Amino acid sequence: MKGLADIYATLFRTEAAVQLQYRAALVIWLIGLVVQPVVYLVVWLTVAKAQGGQVGGFASGDLAAYYIALMVINHLTFTWIMFEFEYRVRSGSFSPLLLQPLHPIHTDITVNIAYKVLTSVITLPAALLLAWLFEPRFNLHPWSLAALVPALLLAFALRFLVEWCLALSAFWTTRVGALNQFYFAALLFLSGRMAPLELMPGWVQTLAALLPFRWMLAFPVELAMGRLNPEQTAQGLAVQGLWVGASLGLMALVWRRGLRQYGAVGA
Amino acid sequence: MNYLRLFWVFVRLGVLNELAYRANFYIQCLQSLMSLGIGLAGIAVVFAHTPALGGWQPAELVALLGVYQLMGGLIGALIQPSMERFMEDVRRGTLDFTLTKPADAQVLVSMGEVRVWKLVDVGLGLTVLAAALLQLGMALGASQALGFGLTLLAGAAIVYSFWLILATLSFWFVRVENILIIFQGVYEAGRWPVGMYPRWLQVGLTALVPVAFAVTVPAEAVVGRLSREMLGLAFGLALGLLGGSRWFWRCGVKRYSGASA
Repeated sequence: MKGLADIYATLFRTEAAVQLQYRAALVIWLIGLVVQPVVYLVVWLTVAKAQGGQVGGFASGDLAAYYIALMVINHLTFTWIMFEFEYRVRSGSFSPLLLQPLHPIHTDITVNIAYKVLTSVITLPAALLLAWLFEPRFNLHPWSLAALVPALLLAFALRFLVEWCLALSAFWTTRVGALNQFYFAALLFLSGRMAPLELMPGWVQTLAALLPFRWMLAFPVELAMGRLNPEQTAQGLAVQGLWVGASLGLMALVWRRGLRQYGAVGA
Repeated sequence: MNYLRLFWVFVRLGVLNELAYRANFYIQCLQSLMSLGIGLAGIAVVFAHTPALGGWQPAELVALLGVYQLMGGLIGALIQPSMERFMEDVRRGTLDFTLTKPADAQVLVSMGEVRVWKLVDVGLGLTVLAAALLQLGMALGASQALGFGLTLLAGAAIVYSFWLILATLSFWFVRVENILIIFQGVYEAGRWPVGMYPRWLQVGLTALVPVAFAVTVPAEAVVGRLSREMLGLAFGLALGLLGGSRWFWRCGVKRYSGASA
């Protein structure tokens, strides 16, 4: 275990140094992450104003809190691994990674965390700026803040594992664009990015709760804005745990099958 | 005239390139339909809670979505691939081959690559637009059609100049391909009428990234909300930016030293 921690620390240091070279690129990535929540926040604020200040139990302060929490949590949990993997498999640059005596997922996790740590210098001020512009109303309790820590970690793990499995589909087909787009569409509607799930039709809410999507994003966001009671929170954490376990199993399976499939294009 | 012939050659080249990968056509159709479906579903969710959004009726927003898809197709087929290729050429030093050719380098760079399958989005956008107009019960008058055509042209010119300016930055900063992500992220804001956003964002979407002129203004023209001043402004800005980007391009080329040399 100590060995793995050392590996993580070293990978983290090198990766942080690599990414710091491209400071402008870091900022540019963030613009995309900020714009989408703001767009949908404004859409729903406009609807709320037309409906006399409220839409489906969300007043304007609640909407602002929801989307600011969404922006931060989406930033903390997102990955870009599906794009990276397609390139790796298509160009054959995956082969050297396979020769290392370390499962490639560890490198990917540290790269992701290094990026998140470096960019938090910008996301947090961005969140404060949005808070100043849109006046959110958070309804926080000590227990919900304490529950937010495991909820965030589980959401990160769940999203990372699911998206890593998705990325592995590049082993079977070198054109994964359509599949990725389908996944992102599902994520947009089912994880609460387009609208808080409460504003969605009933069948969408059911689908979102049955699939992993609600637990990747909407659940920690609702917890962070203070919309859940202790019972719902405990239930949510349990479901998150189950999904993380299931996706770990799935990942191991797909990884083994995928390796056999890997053709090393360009080698 | 000569340049038109050149453009035609590039288009034919693009068609020939893509005809080798016919499965891509079906994948592109699937992706375009999915992106349209996302837009329509989003509109459906919003209008389940309200009869009008910032003064726009549902069918008018569908028309806006059609313009969004149409403009996105034009950008994806003609502007973006050429600019991406140009940035890559600067990085690898292969722009040398373009600069030594006996035609204007800006023209060559701007037509460098054509992705014909992306034109599916143009057809789909036009279809949605026509369906929305039918729904609105509007016969498209000659003046509206003209206004739409003109604003679309101005919007495309503005987007092209914007891309050229950003891509030209690669003469100074080598790794600018990430700029693509700014544009895609911000372009999504164009699914909704720009007038709905708060003041500071409107300024950003009009002046910094020209989403307003690319999508909202042509959509306003087609549903008959466009003022004469706006049309003038769009044209003035298009001409100004075309000139400005040309000037900036020249400054950039002067700096180019060739990475391979």
